Amino acid sequence: MRKSPRDTAESTREISRRAALLGGAMGAIVGVLGLRMRKMQLEQADQYRTLAEGNSVKIRLIPPARGLIYDRNGVLIAGNEQNYRVTITRESTDDLERTIAALQELIPISDSEALDILAELRKRAPTVPVTVADQLSWEEFSRLAVNAPALPGVTPEVGLSRSYPQGPDFAHVIGYVGPVSDYDLSRIEDPDPLLRIPKFQLGKLGIEAKYEENLRGQAGQRRVEVNSGGREMRELGRQEGDPGANLQLTLDHALQNFALARLGDESAAAVVMDVTNGDVMAIASAPSFDPNLFVRGISNADYRALTEDDHRPLADKTVQGQYPPGSTYKMVVALAGLEAGIIGPGDTEYCPGHFTVSGRRFHCWKRGGHGTVNLAKSLEQSCDVFYYELAMKVGIEKMSEMAKRLGIGVRHELPMSAVREGVAPTKDWKQQRFDQPWQIGDSINASIGQGYVLATPLQLAVMTSRIASGREISPRLVRAVDGTELPQTEAPDLGLSAAGLEQVRRGMFQVVNGSSGTARGSMIAAKEWRMAGKTGTSQVRNITAAERARGVVSNDDLPWNRRDHALFVCYAPFDAPRYAVAVVVEHGGGGSTAAAPIARDIMLFALAGGLPPLSAYPKAQQARMRTLLEGLELIAPATPGNTRTRV
Amino acid sequence: MSYLESRLKTVPTGFSKVFYLSWPLILLLTAISATGFLMLYSVAGGTLDTWAAPQMKRFGVGMVAMLIVAFVPIWFWRNMSLLAYLFALLLLIAVELFGAIGMGAQRWLEIGPLRIQPSELMKIALVMILAAYYDWLDLEKVSKPQWVALPVAIILLPTFLVLTQPDLGTAVMLVMGGGIVMLAAGVSLWYFGGVIALVVALVFGVMESRGTDWQLLHDYQYKRIDTFLDPSSDPLGAGYNIMQAQIALGSGGWSGRGFMQGTQSRLNFLPEKHTDFIFTTLAEEFGFVGAFSLLLLYAGVIAICLYSAVINRDRYSSLLTIGVAGSFFLFFAINMAMVMGLMPVVGVPLPLVSYGGTAMMILLAAFGLVQSAHVHRPR
Repeated sequence: MRKSPRDTAESTREISRRAALLGGAMGAIVGVLGLRMRKMQLEQADQYRTLAEGNSVKIRLIPPARGLIYDRNGVLIAGNEQNYRVTITRESTDDLERTIAALQELIPISDSEALDILAELRKRAPTVPVTVADQLSWEEFSRLAVNAPALPGVTPEVGLSRSYPQGPDFAHVIGYVGPVSDYDLSRIEDPDPLLRIPKFQLGKLGIEAKYEENLRGQAGQRRVEVNSGGREMRELGRQEGDPGANLQLTLDHALQNFALARLGDESAAAVVMDVTNGDVMAIASAPSFDPNLFVRGISNADYRALTEDDHRPLADKTVQGQYPPGSTYKMVVALAGLEAGIIGPGDTEYCPGHFTVSGRRFHCWKRGGHGTVNLAKSLEQSCDVFYYELAMKVGIEKMSEMAKRLGIGVRHELPMSAVREGVAPTKDWKQQRFDQPWQIGDSINASIGQGYVLATPLQLAVMTSRIASGREISPRLVRAVDGTELPQTEAPDLGLSAAGLEQVRRGMFQVVNGSSGTARGSMIAAKEWRMAGKTGTSQVRNITAAERARGVVSNDDLPWNRRDHALFVCYAPFDAPRYAVAVVVEHGGGGSTAAAPIARDIMLFALAGGLPPLSAYPKAQQARMRTLLEGLELIAPATPGNTRTRV
Repeated sequence: MSYLESRLKTVPTGFSKVFYLSWPLILLLTAISATGFLMLYSVAGGTLDTWAAPQMKRFGVGMVAMLIVAFVPIWFWRNMSLLAYLFALLLLIAVELFGAIGMGAQRWLEIGPLRIQPSELMKIALVMILAAYYDWLDLEKVSKPQWVALPVAIILLPTFLVLTQPDLGTAVMLVMGGGIVMLAAGVSLWYFGGVIALVVALVFGVMESRGTDWQLLHDYQYKRIDTFLDPSSDPLGAGYNIMQAQIALGSGGWSGRGFMQGTQSRLNFLPEKHTDFIFTTLAEEFGFVGAFSLLLLYAGVIAICLYSAVINRDRYSSLLTIGVAGSFFLFFAINMAMVMGLMPVVGVPLPLVSYGGTAMMILLAAFGLVQSAHVHRPR
């Protein structure tokens, strides 16, 4: 630390020398930097300025490809197809009106559409491209592309648009997409800039809406250089977005197609479930509509036709339609009685054709009565009096509890729009809903699935699956998201006594196969596929005492919308249950005549994995069935990955 | 009693130190910082709150820190040198262990509300300990190999830590900053010649090894070198930034497009327009006149520091002043060379101008050391 003055002087001298060296080096470097500035900013300035002028960089969003939806076999249900469209960017056009007028010469744009486009353009920021026309044909598009250079601001574009290759078959399940509306933007809190792209397609209904987040994907970005005319000169950078996740459903496209075709012109619903795991194999609501119409923007006339049809094609009857389940509810009452220990296997009731309680008389559907009836026979012949008696003993609370255990009156979380809950009424429910006390007659009505009881076709299918399996099967519609199978847990046991279930199943077997079964006409002859089921006919009107005295008016003599609903639930094969089917035909008349034959055909199609073999039908019916099946307008069998054509 | 302490009576005391500060230096630093505020206001599209206002606050804090440091006698700082170095080293290790990830590299250390960037601290601490080392070392030992090895180790230890972050820019600056102090201290020029020869040989080897079995770098690293040598070879990737930066700079011309009129910067194509690439906005909006003036301001700071170092007869003070000036020089020279396409993009900000958390405050505090050396110099 101690330094002599001599050291200090030498240190200072050395530092000065080195400081001069450093200063010189630094000065030289500063000189180089200055020269570089001079060269770039003075000598080459013009060159760089030209580059700067011709160069303006814009960020454009790349809409991701929407996720595809497949059926359980990998057949495409919702895909994307090339869409030729044309956009206008306001900031790049000289004269909007003139440009649109010029476009009208090239492609069909009506004057009112032109006004809408003009309003839209003025509303949007000048840099936002507004779609003028889409779904253009190739000819129109190429005509445009040729003329585009003369029309500043006009850009022909190729994009993707949703398409539903299966047409109306899946309209209610899948729903459809449509352009983002102001209403959508106000309703949802979603900052995704993609939604600001004009005419960006957003799921509006069904799975398309419920799985919007998965299906949409991530936007990509393009950095483009545009010239003073706003035309893209070249792409500087591209960051691809992530396409949306693909979905695989549990539905079988061929079965769905068959179900819808088989329902025909009826206003009806059919649900097919796999009773082993709850997979919904088909969920058809007839009549249906073509979702492709909505993607392109449906015309007023088409839309009016759909809304004014009294068969309500837009409604999804499978999960939104709530029907009195009629006699299909008898299994619920029977199981409630069995579980409560109120009836045993051998117990019988006497049915004189009517039942009187507190002065009011309730009729059996069979005027003469069924005589002595046990549980199995009560189901086979659908004796009402048996259930009136039973309801009196069991009480409405236990019936409601059993209904909920079997899936009626509870919401099943399927990714479909407006899934309804049904009603398994209780005393409290009526008090709250109508502010009226429960009447004994209400229980009597509920015992045969009338009155306040309501169920959706989906719930009926769930109920049947649970009876068939004895387990708490829940419906499932989506099998895999983005290639990952969704986890599936073994459904827990319902906890119902095996003996009781066996009796109910026996009774259901008799319904179809018994000598006096109500659905005997719809039996399956093939031994290995024998079916158990239950018919139901639910009134939509009251039968007055006067009418009953005169004789009940036949359904055929009533106007369509006053006729009874026809219901049928079934499962098969009886020995090793695989599928459950529920069919509801609105105002179809009797369950045995209108619903059961349809359910049998759908069941056979599911079991056979294709058109049912005629040998599965009783001999006497085979000729009639051949004509019927051949008359159906079906799709050709498809192999996975192929889109198919209608035959 | 050392030479310095024997001259204590001549050193100003109390508030009168204010008159002995290097006011031209304060003026230049303020002018440079003010240029920064203006540019930050411009790149934020004419708003203060985004970048300019926080930067002004930091400038205020930094100025106060500078004055406090300046008022403390320089021999106190000399005695603190080893402690400062060990402290900075400790923080560097801490950042290695718990550092937050910023821009893909571990650089920040968060202690409560404070965000500390230890590598910034290390640049100054390294200069301090090297200056103290050569102040302590006998003059005739300066070029002896074993006495050269020790400072080299002192430099390489933090450099290694910074490299693992990884932060190549700072690592290069640490080595060069330390080298400047060693050069000023009188270490034989042969050592420097040797190191330069070694680096040249290494670069040659690296380039020659490309595509052979003994390839020394990863392919992507070679690609970066390619991009530097010819930005247009990769116009969509990294070269894009360089090209656009040069277009912005060149299109400024003699007097620029005017304040807030830079079209290139407006278009948001530069990812680091408020930090590393802020010079391009200045050059575009104020042209050659503005850019060259800033260069002169920087050169002025260096000149004042070198002058102060030469007239100061205290060895520690001189070496410290040259070291701080050298680090400051490396900052702006590397940044300017980078945006003008003379150097690869290494991520060094423009000192006092670029938007930056601790960098500005630490830099101003470092100039406090220079002021302290200036005020307390033996007369």
